[in-house]
Amino acid sequence: MATTLHSALQRLRETRVWKSIFRRGPANTNRTRSLAVFGNLFLHWLPVKVREKSLRVRASYYLGSISFILFIVLFVTGILLMFYYHPATPHAYRDMKDLRFVVSNGVFLRNLHRLAAHLMVFAVFWHMFHVFYRGGYKPPHEFNWVVGVVLLLVTLFLSYTGYLLPWDQLAFWAVTVGTNIISAMPVVGEKIRFLLLGGNIVGENALLRFYVLHVVILPLVAFLLIGVHFWRVQKDGGLTIKPKDDDGKE
Amino acid sequence: MSDTEHSSVTEALRSGQAGNGVTRRDFLNELTLGALGIAGLGSVAVTYQFFSPNVLFEPPTTFRAGSPDLYPVHSVTFLQDQQVYIVRMPEGFYAVSAVCTHLGCVTQWKPDAEMIACPCHGSKFKSDGTKIEGPAPRPLPHFAISLTADGELLVDKLQNIKSQVLKV
Repeated sequence: MATTLHSALQRLRETRVWKSIFRRGPANTNRTRSLAVFGNLFLHWLPVKVREKSLRVRASYYLGSISFILFIVLFVTGILLMFYYHPATPHAYRDMKDLRFVVSNGVFLRNLHRLAAHLMVFAVFWHMFHVFYRGGYKPPHEFNWVVGVVLLLVTLFLSYTGYLLPWDQLAFWAVTVGTNIISAMPVVGEKIRFLLLGGNIVGENALLRFYVLHVVILPLVAFLLIGVHFWRVQKDGGLTIKPKDDDGKE
Repeated sequence: MSDTEHSSVTEALRSGQAGNGVTRRDFLNELTLGALGIAGLGSVAVTYQFFSPNVLFEPPTTFRAGSPDLYPVHSVTFLQDQQVYIVRMPEGFYAVSAVCTHLGCVTQWKPDAEMIACPCHGSKFKSDGTKIEGPAPRPLPHFAISLTADGELLVDKLQNIKSQVLKV
């Protein structure tokens, strides 16, 4: 069975289509394995060699990866929820109820989106604390630390804008209170609140603005910054490992 | 133009260097950056204008609160749609905002305790809006209240005033 599969894969790799896509032979030497990583858009920013230590659970607890996976889960479930959600009154609240009680698997997708959002905030914070206590912000990682802090803020803004969308009492008052906190800012506070809400009250304009921020602007910013963040991890020399880890002692 | 002058001008043109030391490339670079800067500032201004709505579909800020006879003396009546208390005391009428000055929650009149209480963070006010207890930083504002020609109460929520009593 295994040999049949193996030879089938072997034949596939020799086809003209496969070779036109991957433009290389089997990855059976270090050189061809490196080329496989270099030649793939989705992998090219990864290092071609990784220290075994940096893959240990204790090195990172995989918190960055967990945050990223949660972001992907949120991205996919969010797109699916958008097929049933109108960012307008009175539809918004009804659509949320429909997703819970009428749409097939709607409650599963909505809860997945909700729980993943809570977990992502948790994971991103934990990631930050872990990096901080391991000294991962020290040179040459200062810039990536700053990118990470902006990503934390984007995560929180995504959470906050998503909070309004169910258009229930909790959402309404949370955003009323939150935007009143913004208006406490000196001089520009009232103006920022007006622009954010598209008016003086939390109404239809506010719902639409929060929706556009939540589904387009903030995810785009997050994607861009995640790309920079991952790329810089490699360019700054991989995960920070404590010197004592380098000696093989823990 | 003398021969020597002519040759120095052609020399300058050839090297792209004008008399005052600014090269053509520098000049064009600055011109382009300046133009892009002006265009950038312009687009920021235009976008800012675009994001400020000119027409709002929000509840009207001036409303009629019906005949004064609807409100007994010594009463506090909450108008839910307008988020305003119409208070009638022996000295007359006043309109008090029901929106908490702390973070914008809608307060409630508690007849037993004879006070206005905020459900969000526990601020307390007297029926005339004066603050009993924080975290609210300010008393509840009063709105301008008057009588229409046909004898109904008229409240203008755009006019925040310190205190106004309407005698009827």
